[in-house]
Amino acid sequence: MTITDAPKIITSRFGLEDAHTLTRYEATGGYQALRKAVAMAPATVVDEVKAASLLGRGGAGFPAGVKWGFCPPGVWPRYLVVNGDESEPGTYKDRMLMERDPHQLIEGVLLACYAVGCGQAFLYVRGEMALAQERIAAALNEAYAAGYVGKNILGTDFSVDVVLTWGAGAYIVGEETALIESLEGNRGMPRLKPPFFPAAKGLYLQPTIVNNVETLCNLPWIIANGGAAFAALGAESSTGTRMFAVSGHVKTPGVFEVEYGVTTFRDLIYSPVYAGGILGDRELKAFIPGGASSPWFYAEHLDLPLEKSTVDKAGSMLGSGAIVVMDETTDAVKACLRVVRFFARESCGKCTPCREGTNWLERILARILDGYGRPSDLDLLMDVSDNISPGIAWPPKQTTICPLGPSAVSPIASALQRFRPEFEAHLARGLQSRVPVSVSAPVRAAAAPAGSHG
Amino acid sequence: MARLSADNLGIASEIIERYPLPKSALIPLLHLAQEQDGYVADDAMVHIAELVGVTPAEVLGTCSFYEMFKREPVGRYLVNVCTNISCQLMGGEELLHHAEQRLGIKAGNTTTDGLFTLEDVECIAACTEAPCLQVNYRYRHRITNEEFDQMVDDLQGGRLDAEVPPHGTLARVRQSIPADRRAGAIAPDDDREPAWLVPPAEPDDEVAAR
Repeated sequence: MTITDAPKIITSRFGLEDAHTLTRYEATGGYQALRKAVAMAPATVVDEVKAASLLGRGGAGFPAGVKWGFCPPGVWPRYLVVNGDESEPGTYKDRMLMERDPHQLIEGVLLACYAVGCGQAFLYVRGEMALAQERIAAALNEAYAAGYVGKNILGTDFSVDVVLTWGAGAYIVGEETALIESLEGNRGMPRLKPPFFPAAKGLYLQPTIVNNVETLCNLPWIIANGGAAFAALGAESSTGTRMFAVSGHVKTPGVFEVEYGVTTFRDLIYSPVYAGGILGDRELKAFIPGGASSPWFYAEHLDLPLEKSTVDKAGSMLGSGAIVVMDETTDAVKACLRVVRFFARESCGKCTPCREGTNWLERILARILDGYGRPSDLDLLMDVSDNISPGIAWPPKQTTICPLGPSAVSPIASALQRFRPEFEAHLARGLQSRVPVSVSAPVRAAAAPAGSHG
Repeated sequence: MARLSADNLGIASEIIERYPLPKSALIPLLHLAQEQDGYVADDAMVHIAELVGVTPAEVLGTCSFYEMFKREPVGRYLVNVCTNISCQLMGGEELLHHAEQRLGIKAGNTTTDGLFTLEDVECIAACTEAPCLQVNYRYRHRITNEEFDQMVDDLQGGRLDAEVPPHGTLARVRQSIPADRRAGAIAPDDDREPAWLVPPAEPDDEVAAR
């Protein structure tokens, strides 16, 4: 097992009950990186982040420093939008960072604004995260009063307002152009890229940097300790440390900050330091390595390191750092249906292949599970999938504006390829008995919905 | 119910002036309306349209896209049980079924006393604490059927009032930017280079000394 002694970079204060207060944050080195940065030239701050090779932690894994460089020179104003709309199934890290150490995020936001020259920052928190909104509001109020945010920060000519804003329940808003639409007060539907790459034309069609919460939380450490120190951790393209949430059938599920690129899936799932192995010491059936959108992995992938390019080459992705473990008792068809149903419910409806396709995929899977499947259904699943993501390959091609549609294809391609006999068994059982199994038992009394128009 | 109250109108103006363009305040304002009435009333949408300078239809267009906005009254307590993959593996669907039995309603409905609305929701980012649920967006982790029943009893008895505000209230702390610390919203047509990026002009005598 490779349990490295890499320092905790972003979760260093998680053990402290009052880490969300300004007093505790300052007492543990908080806002020192900001003091250091404002004495540096903004371009030097950018260079440090580039030297760190910090990959974006939202899902796509694009280098943050490079993304910053895409802003067209001389076009002002620029905006920073913080993506705190964490909702990929299995993902559970940004919420913890926002709830437990909000000042660290605010300091990261300020460093990014200073480096890139953003005139205003918007911190977009997922609507359902009431405590995170509360903690960030309180932290911003403290930081304004202490002179860290707002006009003439720390007595310099660096001035920026950081505005807390929040969503209202839509997974698709995690896609950066949909997030911008939402922030403009619209329905959260993605924009066509090109031409609307946010760094060139984002919020109000101005250059806009959209960064994930975890990405920005790394900046204070990078500025305080240097980009080289960060790049010294990890392996190959994956530097520093990263948070992974391990959930599902494991003994000690949790969120762990580990050295990126070095630690393996086996370490995370089986080490007593982390998830502690499969519940009841049962066998592993499959695991989702990077959130619901990623193709599934199996026992033969356990020794792969958590390194972006290695996992990409193996046919999946680390995505948002969400590992969901399924043991041998799991019904692959049922699990597949649940993931597909998520994408069908969250499709924004803009592109036909996704809006219609995901819903048909859900219906076909549901009827297979209910015992009403048809022998032709397995081919039909692949046909519908192929219309959303031609070739059903990895990395996926798409007939849609954003990757949500193709994400619904991943679990189907995985489950059908690996567990086809289970699908066939459901079909055979259905042809014999026709007893639905996914229909829940009747409830005692059905009450009328309050406020329904009689 | 109704247009925004005088107090909420004050909060609304404060929110609007933080954004470069007023329409960006739409979602926070819809939350404010929902906090006031427990749901987003038609009159509130008309009022918000006036405040941000768009048509009521545009406000409805945005409002209807987002699941958290309820355009009809719901229960005082919105119980959201997660059944997504991590919770499903750990018994989320069984928990939802128990909740339906306990409350006597199917997911998507409200009890006749107006106290509870039950929903079957997507991932709420507490996957390592499965099965989990939220009551008015306050978390309950690794919940058993017995704990669910206890929670319902406690909510009915008002014993969780301090922890769980009525539906509509999210954060109980609001951002407030003091006037003397405010940097100001940056309009999209404000094309000045940020002050801290402009290299300081070198004093004349220093140039002369070279």
